Amino acid sequence: MTSLPPRTGRALGLVIDLDICVGCHACAVACKEWNGAAPGAVLSDQDPWGADPAGAWLNRVHSYEVTGDGPPRVVHFPRSCLHCADAPCVTVCPTGASYKRVEDGIVLVEEDWCIGCGLCAWACPYGAREMDRASGVMKKCTLCIDRIENPTLPEEDRIPACVRSCPTGARHFGDLANPDSDVSRLVAARGGVALMPELGTRPTNRYLPPRPRDAPMPRLAELADPAPRDGFLGWLDRALARL
Amino acid sequence: MGQPRADSAPRISDEIRRTTCYMCACRCGIDVHLRHGPAGSRVVHIEGNRAHPVNRGVLCAKGSAGIMQHLSPARLRAPLRRTGPRGSGQFEEIGWEEALRTAVDWLGAIRRTDPRRLAFFTGRDQSQALTSWWAQQFGTPNYAAHGGFCSVNMAAAGIMTLGGAFWEFGAPDWARTRYLMLFGVAEDHDSNPIKIGLGQLKARGARVVSVNPVRTGYSAIADEWLGITPGSDGLFILALAHELMRRGAVDIPFLVQRTDAPFLVVTDPGAPDHGLFLRDGQGRRLFAARDGGIRPEGDPAVPALAGSFRVGDRPCRPVFALLADHLLDPAHAPEAVAPRCGIPAGAIRRIAAEIAHVAFREAVVLDRPWTDVEGRHHARMIGRPVSFHAMRGISAHANGFQTCRALHMLQILLGAVDCPGAFRFKPPCPKPMEAHPRPHAASAANRPLDGPHLGFPRGPEDLCVAADGTPLRIDKAFSWEAPFAAHGMMHMVIPNAAAGDPYRIDTLFLYMANMAWNSSMNTAATLRALTATGADGEYLIPRIICADAYASEMVAHADLVLPDTTYLERHDCISLLDRPISEPDAAADAIRWPVVTPDRQVRGFQSVLIELGARLGLPGFVDDSGAPAYRDYADYIIRHERRPGIGPLIGYRGDGSATGRGAPNPDQLDRYIAAGGFFRAEIPEEAAFFRPWNRAWQEWAVAMGFQDAPQPFRLNLWLEPLARFQRAAEGHGPRQPPDHLRARILRTFSPLPIWYPASAAGEEAEDYPLHAITLRPMAMYHSWGSQNPWLRQIHGENPLYLPGPVCDAHGLSDGDWVWVISAHGRIRVPVRRMEAVNPATLWTWNAIGKREGAWALARGAPEARRGFLLNHLIGDLLPARDGGPPIANADPITGQAAWYDLRVRIEKALPGGRSEPVLPPLASPVPPAPAALGRREDLQ
Repeated sequence: MTSLPPRTGRALGLVIDLDICVGCHACAVACKEWNGAAPGAVLSDQDPWGADPAGAWLNRVHSYEVTGDGPPRVVHFPRSCLHCADAPCVTVCPTGASYKRVEDGIVLVEEDWCIGCGLCAWACPYGAREMDRASGVMKKCTLCIDRIENPTLPEEDRIPACVRSCPTGARHFGDLANPDSDVSRLVAARGGVALMPELGTRPTNRYLPPRPRDAPMPRLAELADPAPRDGFLGWLDRALARL
Repeated sequence: MGQPRADSAPRISDEIRRTTCYMCACRCGIDVHLRHGPAGSRVVHIEGNRAHPVNRGVLCAKGSAGIMQHLSPARLRAPLRRTGPRGSGQFEEIGWEEALRTAVDWLGAIRRTDPRRLAFFTGRDQSQALTSWWAQQFGTPNYAAHGGFCSVNMAAAGIMTLGGAFWEFGAPDWARTRYLMLFGVAEDHDSNPIKIGLGQLKARGARVVSVNPVRTGYSAIADEWLGITPGSDGLFILALAHELMRRGAVDIPFLVQRTDAPFLVVTDPGAPDHGLFLRDGQGRRLFAARDGGIRPEGDPAVPALAGSFRVGDRPCRPVFALLADHLLDPAHAPEAVAPRCGIPAGAIRRIAAEIAHVAFREAVVLDRPWTDVEGRHHARMIGRPVSFHAMRGISAHANGFQTCRALHMLQILLGAVDCPGAFRFKPPCPKPMEAHPRPHAASAANRPLDGPHLGFPRGPEDLCVAADGTPLRIDKAFSWEAPFAAHGMMHMVIPNAAAGDPYRIDTLFLYMANMAWNSSMNTAATLRALTATGADGEYLIPRIICADAYASEMVAHADLVLPDTTYLERHDCISLLDRPISEPDAAADAIRWPVVTPDRQVRGFQSVLIELGARLGLPGFVDDSGAPAYRDYADYIIRHERRPGIGPLIGYRGDGSATGRGAPNPDQLDRYIAAGGFFRAEIPEEAAFFRPWNRAWQEWAVAMGFQDAPQPFRLNLWLEPLARFQRAAEGHGPRQPPDHLRARILRTFSPLPIWYPASAAGEEAEDYPLHAITLRPMAMYHSWGSQNPWLRQIHGENPLYLPGPVCDAHGLSDGDWVWVISAHGRIRVPVRRMEAVNPATLWTWNAIGKREGAWALARGAPEARRGFLLNHLIGDLLPARDGGPPIANADPITGQAAWYDLRVRIEKALPGGRSEPVLPPLASPVPPAPAALGRREDLQ
C-alpha cells in the first residue's frame, strides 16, 4: 500500500563479518544507547528492573550451534534491518509511514505517521522491526541517519553507532550499489551473502560467512620432520657447536 | 506525495568530556557527551575515545551501557548505619560527619592497641598504590585486593618466570604475531584490546587456536578449538614442550644467552643445597663450559647444556639437562596425556609442529638496530611470531601456578619472549622478581607496618609467620599454606576472621567487593560467618565497614556504609605505580575526573580514605603540624611523591614538560583533562623489544623512573625459591613448615613446571564425574551489570549448559531442572543443552544470579528466581589431611582460590519452580526502581 522507489541512488547498508563476530553484544547496546541519545524518547524498556524486563532493540545478537562433520561450532549472528530493495515492510504499510529513501535506499519509519498496526513487523521475514511499547510506534534500524550525514559530528564519526563501537571490526558500512566501494570489494573478496535470498526481498546488507575452521595449518614443514636421528643429545650438541 | 524528511542533523550534546570507563577492569577511554541545563549537566551519550591507547574508539556492550549504571536506582544516596540485624538490609541514612566520626572511633581504637584487628581488603580496586600505602601507614598487616581469588597464579608465575605477566604487564604483539594460542577464560581481562587484536589477526590470516572447555566468545572464532578437560592445561602444555624438545625445536642460542638454562643446580637428594644453584664466592651462578672448566655467569664461554658434573664435592647438572629429562619423560608424551586432557595425541603433536613451524620457519625480522646490555650491537630484531594469552581459566586451579609456569616455559623454549611477533612486555615491566619487595607483616600499636604488605619471598625466611609458625596475616597469605600469595587471599578473610584463626579481628573494612555473594566460595558459609555471634552475643566479626556505590549483597551485611560515587563522578588515577594502561610500545597512564557532579550525599572512596587517614593522624596523611596533607584524592594524585620526583602520574610533571620524573605540577590534572584523560610516552624504537637485556630500554626505564638503576636479568626456567621451600619441607633450615604441609610442599613446589591433578580431596571422579566451571559473559561484568536494564535483558538469567551426551544420559532437554551436587553442597538449576563443550564439563555464566532484594531489582527478578551461583557448591576449605587442620581450597603455592577445580554430579529434578538454595530477601536501602523507562530524564 506504500510504494517502493523503482531504484535508489545509492544502496547504503551494512556488511557483517560472521568470521570474526565474537558475540559480545557491543553493537546491540551501542545501538540501543545511541538511539536514546537525542532528547526525548528512548527505545523504551518495560519492567526494566523487574521480573520480566523487555525493551525495544534495533539490533540483537543471536548465537547458534552448528553441528555436523568435525567439531561443533558456534556462530554469532547480529540481526537488524537489511534495508531490502523489495522491502515487504514498506509495501504493507497502510499509511506511508514506512518508506525506502529514494536517495540511498535506507528503510525508515516516519513515526508521526505510524499508527502502530504492526503489519510491517508481521511482513518482515527477518524479524527486524520491534514495536516500542511506550510510544506505540514501530522502531527499526535507521542506519543511524542522524549520524551518517550529521554535520555536527566529526567526519570519521559519520557512521552507524554499531559500526563505530564494534571491537573486532566485524561491521562495515557503505554503498553496496557502488561496485568500487570498500564494502562491495569486501563482499566480492569474501563471498558475502544476502540473507534468505529465496524470499525475493533483495536485502542490501551482506553477511561474510565464517571461514572454515578446525583444519590443520597448511604447508607445515616441521610436521613432516621426524625427530632428529641422533636423538636429543645429538641435536643439542650440533646446536651448541653453532654458537 | 514526497517522502518524509527525517532529521539527519540533531545536535547531540553541548560538551564532550573525556575520562576512563569503569564498567569493567579494562579501562578504556570514553567520550562522555553532556547537555547543560538549568538543573545542571546531564549525561546523554557515551562512546569510545578514538585517541585512547586501550580501545582506540571502540567500546564494548558494558561500556555503552554505562549511562544506565551511572543512573542506576541501586546507587546509594547517603552514608548508612545498620538498624536491623546484620544482613537484613535495614539501615538508616546518616550524615557524613557522623559516618566519618564513627569510622575514626573504631579505627583509632584499633590502631592505638593492635592494628592487626583491622582487616582492610579492597576488591576490584584500581587505586592500590593509595589503598596499600594507607594500610601500611595504619599499621595493619591485613591488606590486599582481589587478586587472590582472581588470577594471582598468572601474575605470580609471570613475574617469577619472565619478569612480567599477561594483561597489564604484557600482551601479544598483535601487529606481528602469526600464531596466537588462547587458554581458558580470558574474555574479561583486556577485553577490548583482545577483541581488536583478534580482528586484526583474522584480517591478515594469522592463526588463532583456542584451548578452552567451552566454545563460546573468542573460541567461536578461533581457527581451531581444542575442548580441553578443565585442570589439564598444564599437562597439555608439558606435552607440547615434550614434542618440541624431542624434535629439537627449541631456541638454543636464546636459552644459552638469556635464560638460566646453562646454570648448574646441585643434584644431591637429601642435602640442604639440593636444587639450589651452585654459586661462587661472589654469589654468581656457575656453568660448565663446553670446552671444560666451571665459569661464572657473564663469562662468554659456550656452556654445556647436557651432562652431569661435580664441582668440589657437589654433584650438579645444568638446568637445561634437568628440564630435558623432565620434559622427555614418557609421562609427558602426547599419548600419555591425551586421555586426561581430552585432546587426541595426534592433535597435540600437530599443534607442537605448527608452533615450531611458525616460530622457526616464519621468523619476523625487523630492520631495527639495537644494543644489548653486554654492549653488543645487533643490526636487526629477529622474532618468533608465536604468542599466548591466558588469564583466569588456567589460573583458578590448585595446579594453576605450575600450569602458568609451564606456559611461560613454553614461551622461553621457543625464544618467544619480548621479541617481534611474540608476547611483549608493557612498562613498567620487565621487572625481575628481585626488583619486587618481600612481604611485610610486622605490626605494632601506633606504628606503620615495617614495609609493603605484598611481595615475593625469596625463601622461608621471608614468610609472614610468627616464631611458632602461626600466620601473621588474617588471610594466612605468605604462610606455609600459601608462601607466594603475592596478591593476598581475600577469599579467606571472612572464614578465618569468624573462626578466630589465626586470631580475632575487630573491624572488617571492604571496598568494592561483593564477598557476601558471588566473590566468595561457599557463599552460605560466608553469610553465616558474617552474621554469627559468639557466647557474648556479639558478632564474631564485630564491625563491618563497606564502601561501595551500589546496594549490593555485601552492603547489606555492613554496619556502616560509606557510599561511593559512580565512575563519572570521581577522580581516579590508573597509575604506573599500580596497574597502568601501558602498551608494548608506550608507557601510559590515565585518570578519571568528575565529568558530572553527584546529586547524592556520596563521596569518592579514595578521598574518604585520605580524610580518614588525616583524622587518624597517619604518617604521610598529615603534615608536621598535624594538618591534613592532602585536600582530597585529586590533590594527592598531583602532590604525592612515592620517591622524590616519582608520583602517581608520569605525564606533565615539573613545569609540564617533564615525563616520568619531575616535581609535582599543580596543573597536572588539567593537562590530563585537556589531553583526553590519558598520557602516553612512546618507547624509543631501539628499546621496544628484548627489554630484560636491551641497553636502551634499561636506560629509558631509569630515565622514566620505573627503576633507579639498570636491572638486566635472565628468564627463569628453574625457580630456586621453590627449591628452598622443598628443602625446608625436608627438615633443612631454621624455619620449618607444620608437619601436615610437608608432603604437599615437597610434591607441589617443583622448581621446574609440573602438573598434578587439581581435584579437591573428597571429590573423586567416580562420585563426581563432571567438571563445573563458570565463564564470563562479555556483556556483563561481575555483579555490577545486574542492575543494568539493558545488560540484564541480554543476561538476566544463567542456565546450566550441559553437554549433549550428558543430557541424553539423564533424559534432559532445555528448560528441565537438575540438582547439581558436589562433595560440598547442592543447587537446583535450569538446564540448556550444548554440543560445543568438553563432554565432561558443564558450565554457566558467572555472577548473574542475585539475592532477592539486592541491586534495586524487584521481587521476582529472573536473576534471583532462575539465576544461580555455582559458589554454593565450592568449599572454601579442603577437608583436613595428614593430621592437620582444614586448609584453603587454593593453590598451595600462591593461595589462589581454586574455583575451577569443582567436581559435580547431576540428578534430574522436578520441573519448574525456582533456583535453590533460596535465601530470604534483603531489605533494600534504596527506593524501588521505576516501573518503565520511556525517557532518560525519568531517571535524572
